[in-house]
Amino acid sequence: MFQNLPLFPEQASTMAPRVDALLYFLTAVSIFFASLIFIFIVVFAVKYRRRSDAEKAPQIEGSIPLEIFWSVVPLGITMVMFIWGALVYFDMSSPPAGALEINLVGRQWMWKAQHAEGQSEINELHVPAGLPVRLTMTSEDVIHSYFVPAFRIKMDVLPARYTTIWFHPTKAGEYRLFCAEYCGTLHSGMIGRVVVMEPADYQRWLGEGATGTSMAEAGAELFRRLGCGVCHRASDTGQGPALAGLFGKSVKLEGGGSALADEGYIRESILEPHAKVVAGFPPVMPTFKGLVSEDGILQIIAYLKSLRKEERARAER
Amino acid sequence: MNGERREHYLNVNYGVRSWLLTTDHKRIAWLYLVSITFFFFVGGFFATMIRLELLTPQGDLVQSETYNKLFTMHGVTMVFFFLIPAIPAVLGNFLIPMMIGARDLAFPRLNLASWYIFIVGGLFTLAASAAGGVDTGWTFYTPYSSIYSNTHVALTVVGIFVTGFSSILTGLNFIVTIHKMRAPGLTWFRLPLFVWSHYATSVIFILGTPVLAITLVLVGLERIFGLGIFDPARGGDPVLFQHLFWFYSHPAVYIMILPAMGVVSELIAGFSRKRIFGYTFVAFASLAIAVIGFLVWGHHMFVSGQSVHAGLVFSLLSFLVAIPSAIKVFNWTATLYKGSISYDAPMLYGLGFIGVFTIGGLTGLFLATLGFDVHVHDTYFVVAHFHYIMVGGSVMAYLGGIHYWWPKMTGRIYPEIWARLAALIVFLGFNLTFFPQFVLGYLGMPRRYHIYPPEFQVLNVMSSAGASILAVGYVLPLVYLIWSLRYGAVAGKNPWGARGLEWETGSPPPTNNFDTTPRVTAGAYAYEKEPGEVYSFGKTAHV
Repeated sequence: MFQNLPLFPEQASTMAPRVDALLYFLTAVSIFFASLIFIFIVVFAVKYRRRSDAEKAPQIEGSIPLEIFWSVVPLGITMVMFIWGALVYFDMSSPPAGALEINLVGRQWMWKAQHAEGQSEINELHVPAGLPVRLTMTSEDVIHSYFVPAFRIKMDVLPARYTTIWFHPTKAGEYRLFCAEYCGTLHSGMIGRVVVMEPADYQRWLGEGATGTSMAEAGAELFRRLGCGVCHRASDTGQGPALAGLFGKSVKLEGGGSALADEGYIRESILEPHAKVVAGFPPVMPTFKGLVSEDGILQIIAYLKSLRKEERARAER
Repeated sequence: MNGERREHYLNVNYGVRSWLLTTDHKRIAWLYLVSITFFFFVGGFFATMIRLELLTPQGDLVQSETYNKLFTMHGVTMVFFFLIPAIPAVLGNFLIPMMIGARDLAFPRLNLASWYIFIVGGLFTLAASAAGGVDTGWTFYTPYSSIYSNTHVALTVVGIFVTGFSSILTGLNFIVTIHKMRAPGLTWFRLPLFVWSHYATSVIFILGTPVLAITLVLVGLERIFGLGIFDPARGGDPVLFQHLFWFYSHPAVYIMILPAMGVVSELIAGFSRKRIFGYTFVAFASLAIAVIGFLVWGHHMFVSGQSVHAGLVFSLLSFLVAIPSAIKVFNWTATLYKGSISYDAPMLYGLGFIGVFTIGGLTGLFLATLGFDVHVHDTYFVVAHFHYIMVGGSVMAYLGGIHYWWPKMTGRIYPEIWARLAALIVFLGFNLTFFPQFVLGYLGMPRRYHIYPPEFQVLNVMSSAGASILAVGYVLPLVYLIWSLRYGAVAGKNPWGARGLEWETGSPPPTNNFDTTPRVTAGAYAYEKEPGEVYSFGKTAHV
């Protein structure tokens, strides 16, 4: 019976104790104020109960000092909640540098994760313990939401946009993964698991599932197959800008302004090439809408990221 | 009571026609009362099915598709056809003209038209249910609702769109009435807090409802013509819908709770025989809630991918809106101090309201806290929170108000012992239903789940057990209130010994509310005076 009645979710990430600390604080404040009000009500209710029907009550206008007191005190306490909550939220929204990067595509009704090394898995995610992991997520259809209660994290997964979520798992084990945004008929079937493994086990798992082709390699292959290299050459001699070293940089746009070359920008440039044209290049790129899947776009992005790494390595040499 | 038969609004004429074509605000209140009660039990039926299904982790009662339609129709019916209109359309309609000494609302025929619009909207929505239902959830998130759902979204949306006009017209009617038709001597700061809270609610009706209407039109157009407003494949923005939707639908929560606060102010004052402590603070708190309530919609979107900075602003504003709510709770509690408190059924509902509203309000702080909301967002924690506010709060106040003014509406008194019992059953049943859901949410059970992992079962069974107790608490008043219409003791004009213009006229009141125009010489809740010292009724005929 009691193993069927858990009262507290497992703590399995660095974020979990921080969110639980918020819970303790919020609960303590709530119990204090609720008890205060309930005690006053019960005491008044008993002490001042009507004893005869002719009874009159003395009239009290109100009290400005009291009103100020019970406005300012709650205001102060809620500001503590606000700042504390905001600090935790800020950290939830800022993935640490050097996190293990994994791509994720949500679809009615499954989660497809793709590791940089090339493995992909459905409704499961294998990660090593003790290392921050960052997921870049998109949806092929409706809005989903990636939710791992044991990590105390959640983020919506949107069509045509990338959102990210990160976590730092602290102990090996299997944890439930839910879709938290209602997404249609089998919404409640969109359950998976996150398997946190000891780093050595994770390396073994990576080896077992190896396909021989990494995300970046698959992206390079797709880049070649779609003929992107005809225009995007190694140097700016083609019709389009060179792409090595592009990722993560700010690019100047035709007609003024600039854009950060992140995942979202690259995705948009593949599907809506005329939305943000790089300064100095003619708007001649055709759209690749319908020719490349969400998985494929993520592979191309992985390829472009790998070019950035090569660029950096070359610069350091 | 012997001698000549007294004429009042109920017996002034008879027949279906005299009801369906009436422009008397009190009869229109009855039209709403009957239709809203119908929708409440329809919505309650859907809720019953949901709680039965969730008794077990497997989907053994209904298919997923049916389950999704059940929770959608439950939400749509309860929100748009019960919670939003309940207190304003029934109690507000009946009481506002009487409380301010007017003989009707400013636009009586518009008031009747509002009811017909409400019914037409309801029929569209019922037709959508009968045709097979809709499965988007009452929030209609795009692009699921605008592209992917294969159910009757357009028909449902039309129903809600039409019903919205009913809200707008009611709000307009209330505002004009409160501005222009107050009895001589009834200044703004002599108004009952019930009237203040309905004034604030009407502002939301007028400013918020059109935004929802336009948003739903866009969803309908996108479904039918493929406009591409929310469809990312055509350059639309799926999150835009959420901004537009919550711009109305968060203030809509205050449409449900502000009138409830108005009712509770009347109950606490009436049964403690005291003016409300800090009257002006409570009155302005209503306006503050209505205004700040328009600025907090983004707290529904902390995990939607909106910017971190937007999240900060919406979190801050959400905390600010909690302050006027807290002020009200403190003032009600202080009103009890040195009161002459009796525990008739309406007062039990009033105190029950403070209990559930306190829990609902405090858990609202949990959800406004950014780092905490991320974990419980879209889980049963949220389900529990908004049921505490919207259902616990406004239903408790609605039932309390119906009981308090029942003698005025009908001229009859219900059996007190049954009414107290029902109030206790509702309170216990409600807490047993929804408190376990806070724990369930923190454990991680997402909302709108048809099947769920087995470790969540015990809490779900507790919740379903509570729901069956709650159902008893809802059916009981239906039985004894109908019973009282024929067998209840005859009520005098002021059975509670309360202050307020509505208690100065007959029970039931005459069609024109007062035989002559009242004059007011003191503020609401003047319990230090006798009624004759507060109101005078001149010889001039009521105009």
